[in-house]
Order: sequence, then C-alpha cells, then structure tokens
Amino acid sequence: MSEKVKITIDGITVEVEPGTTILNAARQIGGDIVPPAMCYYSKLEGSGGKCRTCLVKVSKGSEKDPRPMPKLVASCRTGVMDGMEVQNITSPEVIEARKGIVEFLLINHPLDCPICDQAGECDLQNLGYEHGAADTRYEFDRRTFEKIDIGDKIQLHMTRCILCYRCVFTADQLTNNRVHGILGRGDASEISTYIQQSITNDFSGNVIDVCPVGALTDKTFRFKNRVWFTKPVDAHRDCPTCKGKVALWYKGEEVLRVTGRKDQYGEVEDFICNACRFDHKKTSDWVIEGPRHIDRTSVISSNHYETLQPLPVIQKNKTLMEANKVEFERTKKI
Amino acid sequence: MLKLTENEKVKFSPALIAKFDAIISHRYPVGKLKAGLLPILHLVQAEYGWVSPEAMDQVADYLDIKPIEVYEVATFYTMFFLKPQGKYVLEVCRTGPCGLVGADKIMGHIEKTLGVKEGEVTSDGLFSWRGVECLAACGMAPVLQIGPEYTYYEHLTEEKIDQLIKDLKNK
Amino acid sequence: MTRKLLLEHIQVPDIHTFDVYRKHGGYRAIEKVLKGMSPDDVVEEVKKSGLRGRGGAGFPTGMKWSFLAKPEGKSRYLVCNADESEPGTFKDRYLMTYLPHLLIEGMIVSSFALGAKVSYIYVRGEMMPQIRILEKAIAEARNAGFLGKNILGSGYDLELYVQPGGGAYICGEETALIESLEGKRGLPRIKPPFPAISGLWACPTVVNNVESIAAVVPIINDGGDEYAKRGNGRSTGTKLISASGNLMKPGVYEIELGLPVEEFIYSDEYCGGIANGKRLKAVVAGGSSVPILPANLILKTTSGENRLMTYESLSDGGFQTGTMLGSGGFIAFDEDACIVRNTWNFARFYHHESCGQCSPCREGTGWMEKVLHRLEYGHGQMSDIDLLLDVSKKIEGNTICPLGDAAAWPVASAIRHFRDEFEWHVTHPKEAMERNYGLANYANPLSQTMQNVYQK
Repeated sequence: MSEKVKITIDGITVEVEPGTTILNAARQIGGDIVPPAMCYYSKLEGSGGKCRTCLVKVSKGSEKDPRPMPKLVASCRTGVMDGMEVQNITSPEVIEARKGIVEFLLINHPLDCPICDQAGECDLQNLGYEHGAADTRYEFDRRTFEKIDIGDKIQLHMTRCILCYRCVFTADQLTNNRVHGILGRGDASEISTYIQQSITNDFSGNVIDVCPVGALTDKTFRFKNRVWFTKPVDAHRDCPTCKGKVALWYKGEEVLRVTGRKDQYGEVEDFICNACRFDHKKTSDWVIEGPRHIDRTSVISSNHYETLQPLPVIQKNKTLMEANKVEFERTKKI
Repeated sequence: MLKLTENEKVKFSPALIAKFDAIISHRYPVGKLKAGLLPILHLVQAEYGWVSPEAMDQVADYLDIKPIEVYEVATFYTMFFLKPQGKYVLEVCRTGPCGLVGADKIMGHIEKTLGVKEGEVTSDGLFSWRGVECLAACGMAPVLQIGPEYTYYEHLTEEKIDQLIKDLKNK
Repeated sequence: MTRKLLLEHIQVPDIHTFDVYRKHGGYRAIEKVLKGMSPDDVVEEVKKSGLRGRGGAGFPTGMKWSFLAKPEGKSRYLVCNADESEPGTFKDRYLMTYLPHLLIEGMIVSSFALGAKVSYIYVRGEMMPQIRILEKAIAEARNAGFLGKNILGSGYDLELYVQPGGGAYICGEETALIESLEGKRGLPRIKPPFPAISGLWACPTVVNNVESIAAVVPIINDGGDEYAKRGNGRSTGTKLISASGNLMKPGVYEIELGLPVEEFIYSDEYCGGIANGKRLKAVVAGGSSVPILPANLILKTTSGENRLMTYESLSDGGFQTGTMLGSGGFIAFDEDACIVRNTWNFARFYHHESCGQCSPCREGTGWMEKVLHRLEYGHGQMSDIDLLLDVSKKIEGNTICPLGDAAAWPVASAIRHFRDEFEWHVTHPKEAMERNYGLANYANPLSQTMQNVYQK
C-alpha cells in the first residue's frame, strides 16, 4: 500500500489513497462540501470532466509546489497531491461559476418536470435547487427533438438531455455492441442511433439508471406514477445474468418498476440486467430485504401517506367511496 | 433520426478498395486502423458525392469498427455530406475577413443565380451551395471552394461567379 | 527587413520541387543534424533560439520538446498541426503551397530531435490541394534518401505521413487533433495527462504548428544563438503574419518581430495602408480569438509607446487595453466596418465550431450568438450588452479547452472598446440597419479618448 496523501477541502483535512480525485476525496469527507457531479460516474471509466458543475478552486497545488492552479478545475478528473488545498463552497468564485454552469445546462432544457418521470429523483432538478438561480435570462426558443423509442422498453427524450455521455460509456463498457452514440456537433449534438435501430442487449436498461435527467426513461414505468408516491424496497433474486440486487418501487401491492440500488450520489451499487429490470415485476419474483433508505431531504421520503384521511366529501359520496375502495382497505389493514 | 425507407445498395469498387488499402496498409500502427476513417470517408465522398448510411456501414465493416463509430465521426466533421448534393457544391467562406469584404453579397448572388436556397440542389442536379466557416484563405477573400478536389476560387466578384457557373455547366 | 528566414526563396520559380529547393540550400539542416549532432543538441539549439510556438499560444518550442517523456519500448510521435482554421490566419496554407519542402525538412529535423520514427502532418481536410502538394514533396524527399530507412546512412529511420482532417476548427487544439488523427470525433481531451506523456495512441507526443517546425530549419542552419539575435527581446526571430480585411495589400508577410504595428499597416513593404483610401477603425491582431482593439490602441500603448509586433508589446496593458500576437492573423477593419456585425460573425463561428463536449461552451456560444444577432438586427435591448459580458465571463476559464476563452474574448473585448457602437445599435435600431456607426472616436489619439477610463 502506498502512503496516503493529505488534502484539505473547505478547511476539512482528509487522508486518501494517491491517485484519488478531488471529488472522491470530498465524497470521503461527505456533506455539503461534496461538489455536485452531473457527468462523472465512478463506475464508468473515462466519464467526467464535461459538465463542469464540479469545478473547484485549487488554492494550493501541493506541499512541494504550493502555487495555486490558474483556473478552476474539474474536481472529478483532477488528482489530489499531498498538501493540496481546495476550496469548494468557501470560494465565491466557484459558487458564481457553478451558478453559470447550472444556467447553461438549463437554457435549453424544457423544464417539463411536471410531466417528466424523472422528477423527484432528477440530478438536474436537485442541482437547480441547490446551485441555480430562480429565474432565467434566456429568451430564445429552446432546442427540441422528437421523442424516440430505442427498443420497446426505453424511450429517448433528447430534448431533456444534458449530454453527459454516461449512457454512451455504459453501452461501451457494459455491452459489446454499442448502437447509440453522440451525433452531430456543438449544441446540435444528440444522442442517437442515426439510423432507426433499437438497443437490444442484456444490459441496455442501465442507460436509464445512469441518465442524470429524464432523457432516458423506462417505458414500462412511463406515466405510471410520481416517484415520490412509490416506496423503494431492497430485494434480490438469483439471477444468472447479473447479481440480481435491485430496488423495487412499490405503489400499494404493485411493483411499478425495478432499478439498480442508487447511492446518495445517484450511482447504482451494481448494474442490473434487463430481465431483472423489465421482466420481474411480481413480489413473488423477489426476496425482499427491507425498505430502502432514502435520504430524508429527498422528495421521495415525503408524501408517504401511511393512512388515508379522506376528505369529508369522499366519505359522504358513495361513488367516491367506491373509487377509493382500495385505499380504504389498505388503511384498514395497516 | 434517419429512417431508411429503401436500402440503397452500395458496393465499393475494387479500385476504391485499393485506395483504402493503400491508406491503412502502412500509415498506422497495428491495431490502430480506425485512424484511416477520415481519409476513407473523404474517398467515399469523392466517389459518391456524399456519405450514405449504407456506405458508412460498409466502411465500418472494412475497418472492423461499429457502424455507430462511423456515424459519430461523419456527423461531427462538416466536410462530410450526409445527404446527396449537387454535382458541384459551392462552399463560400462567410467568416470574419471574408464577411468584411463581401461574402454575404457573394452568397446572395449565388442564391439568386442558381435559384436555390442554401443546402438545396438545383433541378438539373448540377449545383448546390452553402456558407462555410473560415477556409484559411482570408488574404484572398472572398473565397469559395469546390470539392472533391477542393479547388479554391479567390477574390470573388459577381462576374467571377457568373463565369464560374457558366464554366461548370459547360464542363 | 533584412534577410528573411522562412520565405527567403519564395520567389524562386518551382521552389516547391525538390531539386530547386535543394539547389537553394534545402535539406542542409538534415545533413548538419544527422552528420554531427545528437538529438539533445538539436533540442538545445531550439531552446537557445527562443522560438515560441507559432500556432497561437506562444509556448517556447524547445521547452515543449524537453517535456516529452521517453519511456523505454514506447513509440514517440511528432505531429504537425496544419489544421489552420483560426479566422484571419492563412500563413500555413501559404507555406505549404509554396515551400512544402521547408516543412518536410523541419519535420525530419524535429522528428530526429524527439526520437520519433513515424511522424504525421495533420492537414485540415479543406486543404486537399496542399495535401497533394505535400504528398508529392514527401515522395520526392523519400526518393532522394531523406526519408525512409537509414537516412543519409545515419541509421535514423523516419516515415512521414499526411493525414487529412474533416472540417472542424476544434482540431487545431492539440488533443482534439490527436483524437481526430486516431479517427475519432475531435473532442479535446481532459488534461492532465498532457500529450508529452500520453498523446497519440497513448504514446508521448509533441504537436507543433507548421510555422514552428519550419522555423527549426533556419535555427539549425544558422544556430540557435543567431536566430535569437533576430527579433525583439523574448520575441525572437521572424514571424509570418497573415494580413487580411480592409488592407491595400493583404497577404502573408514574414516580419522581424519588433516591427512597429503602424509600419506594418502603412508601409509599402507590407500592407500598404487601408484599402480605398479609408481610415483604420480597429484591428484583430492575432486571429479572431484575440481581443479586438480600436485603431488608437493598436498603434500606441496607453503609456504612449509605439505598439510593436511582439508577444510582449501586443499584450501590453493586459486585457484592458492590450491584445495578443496569437497566430499572427492580422485583420484590419476600416471606418465602414460594423463592429457589432463582426462580433456576431465571430460568435457564430465559435458557436458553429464548439465541439459540444462541455456545457459552458456548448450552450454559452449559442446564447451569445443569438443575443448578438438580435443586437445586429435591431431587436436588442440595452441589458443585452451586460448580459453578453456576463455570459462571456461564465464561459471563460471554465471549459475543457481554450475554445471557450477564444469565444469569450472577442465578445468581451468588442464591448469593452466599442460599447458606444453596441448602444447605438439599441438606441437607433432602424438607422443601424441602414448605415454603419462609422469611425466615431476610435482612431483619435489616446489622450483625447478614454485613456483615464482604460487606466483605471
């Protein structure tokens, strides 16, 4: 084991393995000082460096060469040096730059959260809340694309894409036949298969999990429910293709969708296969481990109505009583 | 996204394949033949006037790479035409210095003379035109180029355009 | 100017052929190097010459060479950057057209210095004629024994290939160029690692501009010290300047660094003044990405000294009142030129050429173009001007590669120096569609203008 190096981020010192990036060092500290990352994904080699939301200021390069770095650097792709000092939320310059990046990411985003399946677990939404401004200064038409089905299970809604390249890396690294990629150039770039084609592969569904926004969504879950009305439960099964460790998202008795188990940075613990994701949606398919921990600040934690407290009007009206029968019965059970 | 209604059959001639072979046989290290992609796409375009999806698939096959890798590259670089063009594509530089000395006027004149908008093909199939970014010939502005040889026409005037179009028609 | 170093024989008929080039002293540098110098000696001479990268960044070439990693058992590459695409710059095209053997000679000497066995000249795809010229010249050099196995019996082997680009300005950025050479999309890599450690096919690589490599030839022939005697201070030697825009005699000129800007514009030896008897309004001195300066500031610095064609003098005053030598793309604007329109034109260029990989550049360049378009066509608001400044500031320095800066600087500098004209476009939208703002006070001697503002 090589010797650990010391790095100080926003005044907090941590010792990490050499070769660790600033971002991962910050994740070891945790909390507010972790820079947001929209394109970096630790499980995808080569990812990161593109969205620029994780920019930080290196105020001291290292013990050996204390000169500060001339520009803000992408913390996800910059390695730590012994004695390095980094400013993230303590640097007004970083905060200002990040605000700019959020604005750039949003000027061509449709902001269609009310009808987007990703809402509630969307990295861009979170980023906007935490680091963005409340209004927009962009007064031009936004970029739009047609929705495309890439295969019968995945929908590509390119208009929402922030071009993080994660899905391309996923297809490259998890499958042996990538058929989609980034086409075009500049702000006309798009994720596409160029000629009409479907993505069929045991692991193709993972592009849904890695997508930080609602550009790639699960068609089997499309418009079924808002994520904050569903309850995530850890479960596993003996799967011949993948490890079979998933999160089941319940609404009542019904499994509405199956995803990988995402950590606090939105990264899955293990990639899962399409059979687990799309074809096993019965409780009997799975061994339930227990409720999945969801961060208290997440919107998914809220609105889990344990009991139904119907409005008086419902209690008085027979038709409405009938319509809410299922809910009433569940309340009784609880 | 492109919908392939009918598959246009493309079969590279032995002569064209020989040109491909000449490129990848010695220029690049073993296992790095993808480097031949750009020169090969230029050859394909010189042969067919554009790079069709079908041709790109064959290039992918030839270089033993995935078709998407070819699409990604062909759509990134502006020289590759992804749609059929006129036999002669007049590409007029419109950036900075050319703009200063009348590129807009030249493009307007071409549009009027040919009677087609930027990117469209004349009904006889002979011409199309478009504005392109800096061609690195600013001292000879305004300029245009015509592929596949990429011959340059410099210090353009409306008269020179008329003459050029006439010459090309008679060629 | 006294003796030219690069273009000395440019007027000689058929100098593009091997025999004529050879007769005029060509390929001497290779003989000198292969028969009596070690690779390190060559690097040392280039270091002594003080040669700075001629592609735009101005980084000392010798130092760049000395950074090249030399791990055992790994190939090293020299790649010549002939992707000349910076608006206003056309010197490399000129050099390759008329003096292809100068570049090839430079490539051979430089490859030897770096220990490269295979080298590439990456030429932008639009320069197919130049590619044909180079390929022919390479074949000639090969026939004469200057390329291939065991060159001049020295035991040194070198193969030289020309690789075409496909039409993308971004491939002038060295890591994007390497990606493109590998047959991929021209997306700049995230650094580190730098090409000197991991470049082409993950091997140590040096990428140099055409002119830098050509300059190695006179450096070797005359010695680095002799080369360093030319020029002015740390701006040693000569430089090719591409002159364009509203000039009497646009073209490529080899100047000795240190030439006063005024002399370059007005003397008959060079540009011969402004075309059609007009007056000079502004200059972009080093290719479209460097800050634009009004006539008064390009001729004199704020301290009243003549501005010289050197790296230092052109950047005197920093970004407030100075600019950069860049690639030497010298664009002159006469009194009829519209700065707003030109700024929009440049912004469109950068929008078109952004690779789209990182968000500030991908989204910001398009935004700036749209706002500038609105201003130019009479639909602008006063707040647009500060909006542009703010957007440019949020792109600058926050991108993967320098294209973000290159897109931001022309906009920021145009507003810094020509704010009146932008405001006039807002206050007089109809008039702005019919006539230009004109020269205004942009050519007035500095003391009468906003000198105190600039010096704040």
